[in-house]
Amino acid sequence: MIIEKINGAGKVAKEVDAVVMRFVGDSGDGMQLTGTQFTDTSAMFGNDVATFPNYPSEIRAPQGSLYGVSGFQVHIGSVEISTPGDDLDLLVAMNPAALKTNISALKPGHMVIIDKDSFNEKNLEKAEYKSNPLEDGSLSNYKVIEVDMTSLTKEAVKGLTLDTKSIVRSKNMFALGMVYWMYNRDMNYTLDFFAKKFKYNPEVAESNARVLKAGYYYAETLELIPVAYKVAPSKMPKGTYRILNGNTATAWGFLAAAEKSGLELFLGSYPITPATDILHELVKHKHFGVKAFQAEDEIAGITSAIGAAFAGDLAITTTSGPGLALKSEAINLALMVELPLVIVDVQRGGPSTGLPTKTEQSDLLQALFGRNGESPVIVIAASTPADCFDYAYEAARLAVEFMTPVILLTDGYIANGSEPWKVKSINDMPVINVKKLDKSRESWHPYDRDVKTLARNWVIPGTKGFEHRIGGLEKDKITGNVSYNPENHEHMTHIRAEKVKGVENFIPELTADYAAEGDLLVVGWGGTFGSLHSAVKQMHNEGFKVGHAHFNYINPMPKNTLEVFSRFKKIVVCEINLGQLSFVLRSKYQGVEFHQYNKIQGLPFSVSDLVNQFKNILNS
Amino acid sequence: MEDTLTEKLTFKDFQSDQEVRWCPGCDDYVILRSMLKALPEMDVKKEDIVFISGIGCSSRFPYYVDCYGMHGIHGRAAAIASGVKLANNNLSVWMITGDGDSLAIGGNHFIHLLRRNLDINVILFNNEIYGLTKGQFSPTSVIGQKTKSSPYGNTQPPFQPGELAIGAQARFFARIGGNTPKEMSQLFIDAQKFKGTSLIEVMQNCVIFNDGCFTSITDKDVKEDQQIFLEHGKPMIFGKEHNKGLVLNGLKLEVVTIGENGITENDILVHDAKCEDPTLHQMLVRMSHPVAVGIIRSFEDLTFEERELELTKEVRKKSKFTKVDELFFSGDTYEVK
Repeated sequence: MIIEKINGAGKVAKEVDAVVMRFVGDSGDGMQLTGTQFTDTSAMFGNDVATFPNYPSEIRAPQGSLYGVSGFQVHIGSVEISTPGDDLDLLVAMNPAALKTNISALKPGHMVIIDKDSFNEKNLEKAEYKSNPLEDGSLSNYKVIEVDMTSLTKEAVKGLTLDTKSIVRSKNMFALGMVYWMYNRDMNYTLDFFAKKFKYNPEVAESNARVLKAGYYYAETLELIPVAYKVAPSKMPKGTYRILNGNTATAWGFLAAAEKSGLELFLGSYPITPATDILHELVKHKHFGVKAFQAEDEIAGITSAIGAAFAGDLAITTTSGPGLALKSEAINLALMVELPLVIVDVQRGGPSTGLPTKTEQSDLLQALFGRNGESPVIVIAASTPADCFDYAYEAARLAVEFMTPVILLTDGYIANGSEPWKVKSINDMPVINVKKLDKSRESWHPYDRDVKTLARNWVIPGTKGFEHRIGGLEKDKITGNVSYNPENHEHMTHIRAEKVKGVENFIPELTADYAAEGDLLVVGWGGTFGSLHSAVKQMHNEGFKVGHAHFNYINPMPKNTLEVFSRFKKIVVCEINLGQLSFVLRSKYQGVEFHQYNKIQGLPFSVSDLVNQFKNILNS
Repeated sequence: MEDTLTEKLTFKDFQSDQEVRWCPGCDDYVILRSMLKALPEMDVKKEDIVFISGIGCSSRFPYYVDCYGMHGIHGRAAAIASGVKLANNNLSVWMITGDGDSLAIGGNHFIHLLRRNLDINVILFNNEIYGLTKGQFSPTSVIGQKTKSSPYGNTQPPFQPGELAIGAQARFFARIGGNTPKEMSQLFIDAQKFKGTSLIEVMQNCVIFNDGCFTSITDKDVKEDQQIFLEHGKPMIFGKEHNKGLVLNGLKLEVVTIGENGITENDILVHDAKCEDPTLHQMLVRMSHPVAVGIIRSFEDLTFEERELELTKEVRKKSKFTKVDELFFSGDTYEVK
C-alpha cells in the first residue's frame, strides 16, 4: 500500500534541465549497482551524466547501522553536467539509517521513496530514531512515498526457488524499476545486463528481471506517482560515447600510451583503496601484453616497476596517500637513475589511514616535496573522470620523453565517479618519443643528454656494447659512475632540477575560462574542476566578471601563470585540503594576494557553497 | 641467449673499469673473482646479464662487473630484479645481497621472490654483521655476539638463511664457504643452469667487524671435518679420512664412522637434492656439525614467469582484442547524433 503525503511543490509534471537523485541503503543493498544502472541507461538515452558513489570502508557493515550506509548519487541532464550535483530532487532510502543520514540533502517539497518494510523497531533503533519518522511528522516538508518494497519483491518472485536472502537482496531492483518509470527510461539495458551477468544462473537473472518489472509496473499501474520530471537528451558533440569512471579511464590511458609508444606496459601494484580498481582493470588485459604484477607490498610495487623500466617497459605503479609515503624512497631511485616511471596517487582522506573511501586533495605537498634530498618530480593532476584518460597518457609521455618519474594525482571522487567519455582512438593521441638507443655509436655515455629535454638515453639490458651500471649513489655527470666530487654533485642537482623545470616548454599554457580578465579568478587543481566550473558558469550567467583557471600541471606550472593571475582583481584558491596549492602559489608568486576556500570533510565542493563564497569575496 | 656465442669471453671481458673498494682481505674479492671466472662458462651473452643489488658492502658488486647493473635501495633488490625479469624473460638476472639487506629490511621481498620462483640467481653474502654501517649485529648474528649495537652481547636469536628460505619454498639452496673459489664458481654456473630462484649463501668473512666468524667451519685445517660437501646422488660422506657419514636415527641426523660398529658405506644416506619434500633438506640446513655445503636443495618446478607467459598465451587465444581501439569502441558505447 502506498501512502502519499504531498507537501509543498512538485506535483505537476514538468520538463527540467537536470535532476539529481541519490540511492541509499545498507552497504549490502546494491546501491552502487542500482545507481550505475540508472546512469548507464540515462547516458544511452542521451543525457549528460555525472556520478558520485559514496560508501563506507567496511565491506558489509552491521545491517541497518548509520555508518554502514552506502549511497550513489547521479546527476542527469539535457544540459552540460559537470558535477554529481548538490541538493537532491529525489531520494531513494532503503532503510531508516539511510533516510536519517541523507534526508537533509533533499530539497524541500521533493520526493523520497522509502522501503516501508524496513522501518521496523529494530532498524529504527539502529538508526537512533526516537520515534518513527514516517509517523511523527518530521518528514512533513517532503513528499514521502512509502512502498512495502520487501514484501512486493517477495511477491514478484513467487514460484522461483531462490532463498529469502537472495530475494530480499533484489529489492533494489524494485526501486530502480519505479525510478525508471518515473523518468520514462527504458528497462532493456538493465534486462540485458541481468541476462549477461547471470548467464550461468538463469534463476537469479529471472528474479532480478521480475523485480525490476514489478517496480516499473507498480509505479505505472497504480499511477500513484506522477511523472514529475522529464529530462530530455542533451546536446553533446556528435560521436561515439561510453560511460567511464576515473580509475578505468586512468588504466585505459596507460593502455593507449603503451600501444602508441610501442612499449609493453608493466604495472607493479599493491591493493589500496581507492586505487585498486586500476589494478583490477589492467590485469584483465593480458591480451595486450600488459604485465600487471600484484606485489607483496607498496615498495615492491614501485621497485618492481623500476626494474621493469630499466629493462625497457613502460612502467607504472598505482597507489593512494599512505602508499605514496611508502614509495618515496623508491621515487628518488627512479629520479637518480633517470628512468621513466609513472606513480599514480588516487588521493583519499588522510593523514594515516584517514578516510579510505572518501575524497581529498591533501597529498599535493607530499607529491611535490615528500622525499629526501633535492627531489624534483613532475606532478600533474587529472580533473574529471574522463580526462583521467588524457592525463594518464600525458604522464606516460612525459615520463618517457624526459626519462624521469612523474606523479599523477587523481582522487577518490573522480576515480569512482563516472561521466560520458567521447571515445578516443589512439590515432588521435600525440606521439610519444621513446629515447631508446639500440645501435652502437662511437662515443656513448649513460648520462649523455638530449640538448632540448636534458633527458638521457634509455639503453636497456640486451643491447650489445652498451653494458653499464646505474644506481642510487650520485652519478658522474657523463659516465654515470659513482662520484663523490663536490662540484659534480652540485652540477647534477641543478641538472635534475632544470630538466623538470624545462618541461614547462612542452606543456599547454594556463587558460581562464568564462573571463580572460575580471574581478575574481577562481583557481583550482585536479578533481574539483566540475564544481568550480559549474559555480563560475552560474556566476558568469548572472553577469559577474569571474574566470576559472584550473591547474593540471603543477610541477612545473605553465609559464604564463603569473600573467593570467595579473588580469584579475582578486584570486581565490579552492581546494579539498587546508591550502596546499595556496602554499605553493604564495611561495612562487610573492606579492600576489591569494584568498582561500577550503573544505575538508571527505566530500566534494557543493556548487551553491562555492557561489556564496565567491560572492562574499567579491563584496569584501 | 638463443644463438650460440661466436667468441669465447674471458675473465677480463667481464671486469669493469671501476676500482674495487672493499677492505683488503675481504671475502667479497673471492666472490667477485669466482663470478668473473664463472661468467664466461655460462653460455650467456654478456649484454643479457644483469646484476641487481640492494645496499650494503656486498651491494657494490654490480659496479665491478662489466654487465648491465643496478645498485638499488636497501632491501629492495629482490623486487627490482623481479621487475627486470618480468619485463624481459631472456635476461640472466643476478641479485647480490647481504644478511642485512635480505633478511632484515628486505625480508619481505626475499621470501616472496622465493615463493614465486622467478628464474633469478641470488647470492647472499652472509657475514653475520652490518659492515657498511660499521658493525652492528644482523639477523644472522649469534646470541651473545658483541657488536657496536650489542656491547653486552646480542639477545636476538638468529635466522638460519637456508631454513628461512626453504620455509619460504625455495626450490634451490646452496651454501659455500667464502674461501673456496673453485667450488663457488661451479655453484654459480649450476645456479645459472637451474630454472627458478637459486639461492647461494656464502659464509663470508668480514675482516674488520666480524673477523673469524666462520673460521671454525671454513679454515683449511678443519674444513674437511667440519663441512660436508653434498652432491646429488652421492652418499653423504665427509672427513679427512673420508670415513664419516650421515645416517638417520629416528628424526635426527647422526654422524657415524664407516668401519665402526658394523657401519658400511651402504648404510650412509644418499643425497637427493631434487626431491620435492624439503624435510631432509631442512635437517641438513640446520645441522651444525658438520655444516652442509654444496647444493642442498634443487627441486625443478615451474617458474613464475613461465606460469605468467602460459596464461598470457591462453588469454590471447581467447581474446577478441588485439588493439586498444577495439576495446575502447566495444561494449556499451552509444552514439550522439
